[in-house]
Amino acid sequence: MSALLECKNLYQAFGGGRKLLGPAKPKIQAVSDVNLQIQRGQTLGIVGESGCGKSTLARMLVGLDLPSSGDIYFQGKDLVEVKRDNPRWLRQQIQFVFQDPLSSLNPRKTIRQILEAPLRHLLNKSPTERQDRLQELMQAVNLRPEFLDRYPHEFSGGQSQRIGIARALAAEPDVMILDEPVSALDVSVQAQILNLLRDLKQQFNLTYVFISHDLAVVENLCDTVAVMYLGRVVESASREQLFNDPKHPYTRILLSSVPVAGQKKTASVSLQGELPNPAAPPPGCAFAPRCYRAEAKCRESRPPLEHFDDTGRKVACYFAEDSDLHDGDTQS
Amino acid sequence: MSANANTSANAAASMVKPMSSRPGLWARLRRNHLAVFGIVIVVLVSLTALCAPLLPLPDPDATALSDRLQKPFSENHLLGTDHLGRDILSRVVWGTRVSLAVGVVATLIAAITGSLIGIVAGFYGRWLDNLLMRSIDMVMAFPYMLLALAIVAVLGPGLMNALFAIAIVNIPFFARSVRGVTLGLVRQEYVDAARLSGLTDVRILGGEILPNVMPVIIITMSTTVGWMILETAGLSFLGLGAQPPQADLGSMLGEGRKLVITAPHVATIPGLVILILVVGINLLGDGLRDVLDPRLKSGALVRPAAATEVDQAVRSAGVEDSVERDAVLSVSNLKTHFITGQDVYKAVDGVSFDVRPGECLGIVGESGCGKSVTALSLLGLVPTPPGRIVSGRVDFEAQNLLAAPLETLRAIRGGKMAYVFQDPLTTLNPLFPVGEQIAESIREHQGLSGKQALQRAVTLMEQVQIPNAKDRAHAYPHELSGGMRQRIGIAMALANDPQIIIADEPTTALDVTVQAEILKLLDTLRKEKNVAVIFITHDFGVVSELCDRVLVMYAGRVVEAASTEDIFSRPLHPYTQQLMACVPRLGQADKVVAAIPGIPPAVNDLPQGCAFADRCELAQDACRQGEIALERFGENRAARCIRIDEAGA
Repeated sequence: MSALLECKNLYQAFGGGRKLLGPAKPKIQAVSDVNLQIQRGQTLGIVGESGCGKSTLARMLVGLDLPSSGDIYFQGKDLVEVKRDNPRWLRQQIQFVFQDPLSSLNPRKTIRQILEAPLRHLLNKSPTERQDRLQELMQAVNLRPEFLDRYPHEFSGGQSQRIGIARALAAEPDVMILDEPVSALDVSVQAQILNLLRDLKQQFNLTYVFISHDLAVVENLCDTVAVMYLGRVVESASREQLFNDPKHPYTRILLSSVPVAGQKKTASVSLQGELPNPAAPPPGCAFAPRCYRAEAKCRESRPPLEHFDDTGRKVACYFAEDSDLHDGDTQS
Repeated sequence: MSANANTSANAAASMVKPMSSRPGLWARLRRNHLAVFGIVIVVLVSLTALCAPLLPLPDPDATALSDRLQKPFSENHLLGTDHLGRDILSRVVWGTRVSLAVGVVATLIAAITGSLIGIVAGFYGRWLDNLLMRSIDMVMAFPYMLLALAIVAVLGPGLMNALFAIAIVNIPFFARSVRGVTLGLVRQEYVDAARLSGLTDVRILGGEILPNVMPVIIITMSTTVGWMILETAGLSFLGLGAQPPQADLGSMLGEGRKLVITAPHVATIPGLVILILVVGINLLGDGLRDVLDPRLKSGALVRPAAATEVDQAVRSAGVEDSVERDAVLSVSNLKTHFITGQDVYKAVDGVSFDVRPGECLGIVGESGCGKSVTALSLLGLVPTPPGRIVSGRVDFEAQNLLAAPLETLRAIRGGKMAYVFQDPLTTLNPLFPVGEQIAESIREHQGLSGKQALQRAVTLMEQVQIPNAKDRAHAYPHELSGGMRQRIGIAMALANDPQIIIADEPTTALDVTVQAEILKLLDTLRKEKNVAVIFITHDFGVVSELCDRVLVMYAGRVVEAASTEDIFSRPLHPYTQQLMACVPRLGQADKVVAAIPGIPPAVNDLPQGCAFADRCELAQDACRQGEIALERFGENRAARCIRIDEAGA
C-alpha cells in the first residue's frame, strides 16, 4: 500500500547567504533529511521539544513553505508541482489547524465570513449550499449556529479552536495537519477538543498529522509516532512500541521527564546540558553531547535512521539494540 | 518590581478581557475633553468654510481701493479690509475653504499612495520591499520643505502643484508606518489561514490586512492634516501656492506681512485662523490616536499604584498579629476583586490557607480560577486599578501584611518572600547582564557593596546549577536558554534568604526535559534551605513531583484542600475528580479522556450556590442554593461540596 502523504529526504534551512555589504548570516538547518510516510486513515504524531523543527515540517506538509530540498508526495504527486499547477485542489485536500486559536482568526471578520471563505474560494459553492454547509459545520464542532455572526474576540480559547477546526473541515480535506492544537488550552477544554478531533476523524474518514510537545496527548491520539531532535527524526515507531519500549536514548529521557499525576519519580534520568546551537550542530549524533550512552563513534559519525526490526520501526542510534539502557545510573 | 507589576497587569487584563465588551469608539472619544474641544473647532470651521457660498459675504476678490486697510469692526467690514480694500472676513472664510480642501486632498493622496506602497512592501517583502522602501528613503533624504520647493519649482507655482508637492513629501510617513504594521500582520496565523482557505493575494491584502492596518492609517492621517495645512500655507506664503487674486490662508498671511506695522490685523487674522484650525485638528488627532492605538486598549498606559488598594475595613484589623502560629504564612478569608465600571469580578473570593516552614503547597486550577491573583495579593502586587482587596488577613512574621505600610511590603518583596514567574524573559530586564540583576536585589535588601553583591550573585548562580556561572553572570537574558533564564529567576528569588518562594507556573513555558530539571532543583533547594514554596500550576503531574499539600481552586474559591497523597488516592470534590480524569496520562493510552462539559462561569456573574454545579453530574437543587461551606473531612482535608458521599469518595 502506498502512502497517502510521504516525505523523502526533506530539508529546510533558514538564513544563510549574506546581506548586501553585510556579514554572512548564520544558516540554520531547521529540518534535515526527514523521511516519513503517512497512511490513509492513520494519525501520525510528531513530538519533540521547542526548536526541533516540528512546526517547520508541518508548514511544509501543507504547502505553506516550500522545502529547500527533498520531495513531498501527496497521493503519489509531487506537492511542489501540485501547488504550482493546481493550488486550489491542494488546499482543498490538505488543511491545517493552528496552535493559537485566537491569532488564527482575523479579529475583524465574523465567524460566518471566516468559515465561508473556503466554501467560496475552494469549493465554489452557491450561497444556499454555503448556508446549509455552515450549519453542518457548526454542528460538527458542537457550536451553536447563532454564533456565526459574532466576532472572534467574543469566544473563549476552546470555542475559538473549534472554529479553527471548522474552518479546516470546511474544505472537506483528506488530511489535516494539526500544529499543537491543544497546547494553548486549559486542561478541561483540551480534553473536549481531543475528543472532538477523535470523533471527526471517524466521521469524516480523516488522516491526521498531529504535532505536539505533549507526550501524553500524543499517546492518547496517535497510531504512529516520530520523535524529532534538532531537525531530524531520531525514532519512529508504532505508538505501543514507542511508549512501552523506547529505543533511542532521547526518547527514553523525554518519556521519563513527563511528570505523571499521582507518581513521584525519585530517580529519573535527566538531561545534561543544553540544546546545541542549531547554526553549528555537532558533527556526529546531534544528541551525543547530552547522551548518557554516547561513545567516541557517536561523536564522529551520525548514526543513520535505520530499520530496527521488520515492524517498520526505525531508530537512529548505534546502541538501539542495547536493552539495559533504562538504567539511569550509567550516566557519567 | 515594575516587571512584577507588569505581569500582574497582564494577568488581570487577560482575566477581565473576555467578559467585558469595550465601549464604542465614540463613547471613548467623548471621555477625552480636549478631543471634544478639537471636534467642536474642526466642525465649526469646516461648516463655515463649506457654507461660504451660502453666507451673506461680499465677493472676496472685489477690490475697492477707497476702502483699503479699514480696521476690524468698521462699518460693512467686520474684520476690516486689506491693502486692496477686499473684505477680510470674506477672504478668510473662502481662504479657509481652499486651505482645508488642499490639506484634506493632499492627505488623502499621500495616505492612499503611501499606504499602498507600505502594504505591498510589507506583504511581499524581499526585493520589492527593498526597492520600494529604498525609494522612500531617497525621498526622505531631502529636507522636507526643500523637496516641496524643488517639486513646485519643477512643476511651476500654483495651488494644484503645491498640493502635489505636499502630498509627495508626506508619502514616506504613511509608507513607513503602514509597512511596519503590515510586516507584523503578515506573520499572523490568520493570514496563513486565509491562504489555506483559497484566498488570492489581492483578497488577503484587501480583506485580511487592510482592515487591520486601517487604524494606523487613520491615526497618521489625523495627525498629518494639520501639518499639510501648515505646509500649504507655507508654500502660499512664499508665493508658490495659491496665486492672486485667489484667497488662501497662507497667501493672505504673505500679503499681510508687508503691512505688519501699519495694519497688523491683515496678517494677524489669517494667522489666528490657521492657529485655531491646526490646534483643533491636532487635538482631535491626538484623541483619535489614543482611542485607536492598540497599546492603549489593554490599559498599559494606566499606571498601577505601588501596592494594591486595600479597603479601610481590612486595614482596621491592624498590623500586629498577636496569635502564636506554627505556620510561616497564614491567609484567611482573602477577597480580591477587580472593579471595572459596573462590574465586580470576584477573582479571589474568600481564600484561606496556612503554609508551614519548609512545606510545599500546590495551588491547582484552570486559567481564571484566581490562583495567580491569590499569590499576588499576598504582597499587594495586584494592580490597582482595577484590583482591590476587600477582605482578609495575611499574617507573616507577626504582621498583617494587608494592613502594613508600603515600606514594609517593599522590604519583604524579593526579600523574605520572593516570586518566580512563568516567563523569565518578561521579568528580567533585557538591558542588563543577569548577574547584575541578581546583585541589584542583594544590594537593595542587604546593603552589600557592588563587588560583594556580584560575588554573592555568582555563588547563587552556582547553587542553581548554572555551568560557568562566573562567565554567565555577564550574559544578557536573551543570550540564555529558557531553562537557564528560569534558573536565574530562581537564583534571584533565593538571593535574600527568603522564607517563602511563590512560584507561579514556573515551568509551564519550558520543555519537559527542562521542566524535570527545574522541578528537581526547586525540590533540592527547598529541602536544603528549609524554604516554604507556594507552587501554582495547572498540571497535577507537576504537583505530585513537588508538593506536600494541594489546594484546588475554582472560580475564585478553594474547592478542595488535601495532602498530595490523599488527593490522588481519593479526590473528594467532583471538580477535582473530573479535572484529573480529563488529562491524558502517559502510559494509559486507551483511557478515553472524560472532558468536563462547558466552561467555568464568569467571576462577575457567579451562580448561586456551587459555582461548579452547572458542569457537575451530581448537582441537585440544593447545590444551587445558598452558600456552600468548605467542610472539614478528617484531620487535614476539606472540600466544598454537599454531595461528597455520592461523589464516591
